[in-house]
Amino acid sequence: MSIPLLAAVVAVYLCIVAYLSHQAFRATHSAADYMLAGRKTHPFVMAMSYGATFISTSAIVGFGGAAAVFGMSLLWLTFLTIFVGVFVAFVFFGRRTRRMGLNLNAHTFPEFLGRRFQSKGLQGAAGLLIFVAMPLYASVVLMGGGAFVTQILEVDYNVALFFLTLIIAVYVVLGGLKAVMYTDAFQGSVMFAGMVTLLLFTYYKLGGVTVAHERLTGMKEIAIATFGARGHTGWTSFPAFASEYWLVVVTTIILGVGIGVLAQPQLIVRFMTVDSDRELNRAVLIGGIFIMVAVGVAFIVGPLSNVFFYYENPATEGQIAIAAAGRNVDQIIPLYISQAMPQWFTALFMVTLLSAAMSTLSSQFHAMGTSLGRDIYEQALGQKGNSVLINRIGVLFAIAISYFLAWGLPILFEGGTAIIARGTAIFFGICAAAFLPMYFGAIYFKRMTLAGAYAGMLTGTLVSLFWILFIRINESRPLLLCKALFGVDSLAEGTLWAVVDPLVIALPASILATVLVNGWGRPVCEQHVETCFRRIA
Amino acid sequence: MLGLEGVAVPLGFLLSIMSTVLCAVYGFVNWNRGDRVEELDPCNPQWEGNETARNICRDTRSS
Repeated sequence: MSIPLLAAVVAVYLCIVAYLSHQAFRATHSAADYMLAGRKTHPFVMAMSYGATFISTSAIVGFGGAAAVFGMSLLWLTFLTIFVGVFVAFVFFGRRTRRMGLNLNAHTFPEFLGRRFQSKGLQGAAGLLIFVAMPLYASVVLMGGGAFVTQILEVDYNVALFFLTLIIAVYVVLGGLKAVMYTDAFQGSVMFAGMVTLLLFTYYKLGGVTVAHERLTGMKEIAIATFGARGHTGWTSFPAFASEYWLVVVTTIILGVGIGVLAQPQLIVRFMTVDSDRELNRAVLIGGIFIMVAVGVAFIVGPLSNVFFYYENPATEGQIAIAAAGRNVDQIIPLYISQAMPQWFTALFMVTLLSAAMSTLSSQFHAMGTSLGRDIYEQALGQKGNSVLINRIGVLFAIAISYFLAWGLPILFEGGTAIIARGTAIFFGICAAAFLPMYFGAIYFKRMTLAGAYAGMLTGTLVSLFWILFIRINESRPLLLCKALFGVDSLAEGTLWAVVDPLVIALPASILATVLVNGWGRPVCEQHVETCFRRIA
Repeated sequence: MLGLEGVAVPLGFLLSIMSTVLCAVYGFVNWNRGDRVEELDPCNPQWEGNETARNICRDTRSS
């Protein structure tokens, strides 16, 4: 890798980020500026920010690496992220959220829920859940960014982690959501260009679209010999029904992320940053195309890297991707880029991945920080002060926690466990189980009660935690609590339940609890409901 | 299809493309649709009797 070339590309990139952040800092004066980017965001900026926040290094490095193992069955997640994550989210959730958010003058997702159900306690509880759970997601995104920088620059992981965190911290703390969204739009554009180039190069190198797929299909026997016992049937076909790999692919990766996207606080808040429904409509077009490229390319290139490592690369000849990467799933894509692509592209892709990591992290830090500052400190605890300053301190605190988790997680989890993809899926699953029934009820059902909201959130959270700590062996084993209490790695050890994702159990339980308890709760007063649903059909 | 095996993976590929087209068509058709909704001014006398508006107005002023 040419260090001067890389340094020049990164320097230009960082200068642009610094310029955009400075512009945002100058334009940030009020709490609405810091938390909602002034509610007047351009549809291109909004759509790219939504997409770039959603697509992190997790999607590219983590899920791309997972696709190199599980195969192109992950294309179903591409479908769900576009259909559910963009179309359903914007058309059926976005418009109502924007209007109700305006009616209630909500600045954050927990504040939206708290004001809808007239409960600062609910706002504080939702904020607390975000503040406690999101560092896991942020830390795995940080790990993905750090791992790539480590691979390309051959620097120590901890050094990469420190500087990556520091750069993002500066612009999020100072510029708030305006800085986050301005830089997201730029970073999203870089990601789009980088991913399109990656796809074209990969197909060109492997002999064209159909030839490349056929060569991968031809490696079927190798896949079955390596992973067949766990349900693998080849990289261009779906895992065997109800096998271990089928359960991981369907319940964790496809459903966990594909459904979980609807209840992501850092994404939902973006609906409240535009000033008309027209901007949301326009964003559907931009977002759909962006997500198709950003997610779809990773899930195509990941599996195809097996062909490159096995046949095309002399250094790894006869090895499939996971073997070439030393059994570390999260190193497959970085290794593929560094060995298969020209030097100039490695530099471009370095910036692409930096963009993916920084855009997601900045939004996560902002969401966690405002949860602490706005929802917990200011609203639930009733403390007063300079709102922008309080939220800046909250963001700083959230960054510190995520940094230390990213530093410690690789020690707890071995590389082969695809911790980046799993960490992302776990967070998406918890959000879906805890927030989705309450959020859906809030914007669609006038008779939804506070009791129903609490019941869904508590049930979703507790069932998810129970499943993670005591059932799902990939998490319960390294966390050791199940072993300490019951002497086994998982209460379902030896059965397929041990690989089922918490979402599949926790979301139905949460929906059931919401529906059952809703009838017992005291109805929200009609006058308030009228305010909430003002100009919502 | 395109060198992919079975039904499920090609179907996932096809659905991804179709959902992208759906988003593109929806966005294009509704490009200029969607009214701007004026922000509720909770401190406006029009909402004087509304408890929600009164609370929001108080919170806005205090922060």
